[in-house]
Amino acid sequence: MLRYLALKVGRALFVVWAAFTVTFVLLFVLPADPVDLLFDPAELNTIPEHVREQVAASYGFDQPVIVQYLDRLGHAAVGDFGTSAQSGRDVVQAIGAVLPSSLLLAVGSLLLAIVAAFGIALAATVTRLRWLRDLLEALPTASVSVPVFMVGILLLQLFSFQLGWFPSFGDSGPLSIVLPLVALAIPVSGPIAQLLVRSFADEFGSGYVTTSWAKGATRSRIIVGDVLRNASLPALTIAGVTFGNLIAGAVITETVFARAGIGRLTQNAISTLDIPLVQGIVVFVAASFAVINLAVDLVYPLLDPRLRASIQRPVARQPRGALA
Amino acid sequence: MSIALDSAPSALGEALRSAGHGLLGVLRQPVLLLAWIVVVVALGWAVAPGFFTSVSPYEGDPAQSFAPPSAEHLFGTDRLGRDLFSRSIHGAGTTLSATLLAVLLALGVGTVVGLVAGAVGGVADTIIMRVVDVLLSIPSLLLAMVIVAVLGYSTDNIALAVGISSIAAFARVMRSEVIGVIRTDYVKAARGSGTRGAAVVLRHVVPNALGPVLALAALEVGSAILAVASLGFLGYGAPPPEPEWGLLVAEGRDFLATHPWISILPGIALALVVIATHRISTSFRKDHRR
Repeated sequence: MLRYLALKVGRALFVVWAAFTVTFVLLFVLPADPVDLLFDPAELNTIPEHVREQVAASYGFDQPVIVQYLDRLGHAAVGDFGTSAQSGRDVVQAIGAVLPSSLLLAVGSLLLAIVAAFGIALAATVTRLRWLRDLLEALPTASVSVPVFMVGILLLQLFSFQLGWFPSFGDSGPLSIVLPLVALAIPVSGPIAQLLVRSFADEFGSGYVTTSWAKGATRSRIIVGDVLRNASLPALTIAGVTFGNLIAGAVITETVFARAGIGRLTQNAISTLDIPLVQGIVVFVAASFAVINLAVDLVYPLLDPRLRASIQRPVARQPRGALA
Repeated sequence: MSIALDSAPSALGEALRSAGHGLLGVLRQPVLLLAWIVVVVALGWAVAPGFFTSVSPYEGDPAQSFAPPSAEHLFGTDRLGRDLFSRSIHGAGTTLSATLLAVLLALGVGTVVGLVAGAVGGVADTIIMRVVDVLLSIPSLLLAMVIVAVLGYSTDNIALAVGISSIAAFARVMRSEVIGVIRTDYVKAARGSGTRGAAVVLRHVVPNALGPVLALAALEVGSAILAVASLGFLGYGAPPPEPEWGLLVAEGRDFLATHPWISILPGIALALVVIATHRISTSFRKDHRR
C-alpha cells in the first residue's frame, strides 16, 4: 500500500514538474527573442535598445537559459511564479483573485452535468421503448458536438434577449450565473453520460442481475438497488477528462458571458502574451489535474472491493474526451 | 436484457416496440445518410465555393446591411452588407483545411511515436509515455492556445497547435494496440520463422494495430473542427476580413440582441457538420468492432 502511494504521489509531482518545464521551453526558449513577446508587435520597432536591455535584465533573459530555468524552477517550487507582465501583480495572487468565481461556476456545472448524465443513463436503462433509448443514447454525442460558444450564444439569444429571464453579461446577482452554468454543464455532461449509459447497460446484463431476477426482484428494485451502485463507480475514472473539459469550457463560457474567472484570465493572458501569468496558469491547471487523478487513484480502491485485492494494477483511464 | 423483455409481455408494450422498430428501420440508416450528405456538402463548399455561390464573401452592399435571412440572402447579411451564406461557404475551406492538417499531423506523429513506444519498449517506452502523460495533463484547448500564442496568430498555426495538442491521444492508442498485436501468435510465428524485426513490424504489426487509431482519427475530425473554430472564435486565427466559421460567429456576437442570425446561422452550419462527423465516426467504430 505504501509503495502504491509513493508511486502515485511521485507520478503526480513529475507531471507538475514536467508541465513547468514544457511551458518554460515553449514560452522562454522557443521564441527567438522572448523580449519581443512582451511588447505590442506594432510598437516593437520604436522601443529603444536600452529599454529592451532593461526589460531583458529584469526578467533574467540576459542569463544563460539553464540559469534562467533553475532560477524560475526554484522560485516556482516555493509558489513564486513572478509578476504578471501586464498588470504587475503577483501571478499567484492574480490567479487566487479569480479562483472563487471559477470554482463556483465549475462546481455548479459539474453537479448539474452529473445529475443530467445520471438522468439520461437511468432513463435509457429504465425505458422499454427502443426508439426512446436510442434517442437518449444519442444525446451525449450531440452535447459534445455543438461548440460551447454556440451553446452560450443560443442560450443568450433565447433566455436573455428573447424571454428576458436572465441578465446577458457580467457577474452581478445570483441570476447571472444560471446561463453560464447551463452552457458549461452541457458539454461536460456528454462524456459522463456516454460512459454511464454503457456502464449501466453492461451491469444490467451481468450475472448478479440475473440472480436478482430469479429471486423475484422488480425491475426498478434491480436498477436502483444493484445496477445504480455498481455502474456509477467507473464514472470516477474520467474525472481527469471531466476536469479538462471544465477548464476548456470555462475559457469559452467566461468569454461569451463576460464573467471574471480563470478562463477569462487565461484568454487575456494569452492574447496579451503575459508569459509569467500563462506559465502560472498552465502549471496550476496541470497541478489540479494531477491532484484529481491522484485522489481518484487513491479513493477508487476504497470504493471498489474488486480493486482492493489487486492494488498494484493501476485504474484504467479513458482516453481524452471529445470536447475541444 | 432478454429476461427484462420477456418478463413483461404487455400488448401495449409490444405494439409500441414494434412501432419503434419500424420507425428505426426507416430512421437509422437515413440519419447516417443525412450525416454523409452534410459532410459531402461541407467538403464541396471547401473545395469549390464558387460552384455554390457567385456572391463575393468580401464585398458587401452597405445599403443592404443587417438584412435578415431571405431568398436573396439565405443567411442574411452582416454589418457591412456582406452575404453571410457566401461567407459561410467560403469559410468552410479555411476551417476544414485547418482541421484536416491538424488531424493528419496528430495521426502521423502520434502513430509513429506510439509505434516506437510499443515496439521498442524499455527506456524509450517509459520516456515517451511519461511525455504523453504530461501532454494529456494540460487540457488540449489550453495547450493549443499557448502554442498559437508563441507561433503567432494564423489559421495555419491553429492547425499546427490543434494537431500537436492531440498527438498524445493517438500515441497512447497506437502504443496499446501495438503491444496487443505483438503478443499475438501470428507475430510470434513470423518472428519464429526468421523474419527480421523491422519487417515483422511493418508487415504484421502496423496494419493490424492501425484500425482503432484510424477510428480515433475519424472521431478526432469532429473534435478538431470544434478546436479550430473555438480558437478562431477567441480571435487567434485568420484576421477579420477572412471568413472562418469560428470568427463568423464571433463577429456577430455584438449584434446578438438585434440581429441574431449573424452569429447563429453560421454557427448552426458548423454544429451540423460536427454532429454529422461524429455520427459517421460512430458508424466506423461499430463496423470495426464486428
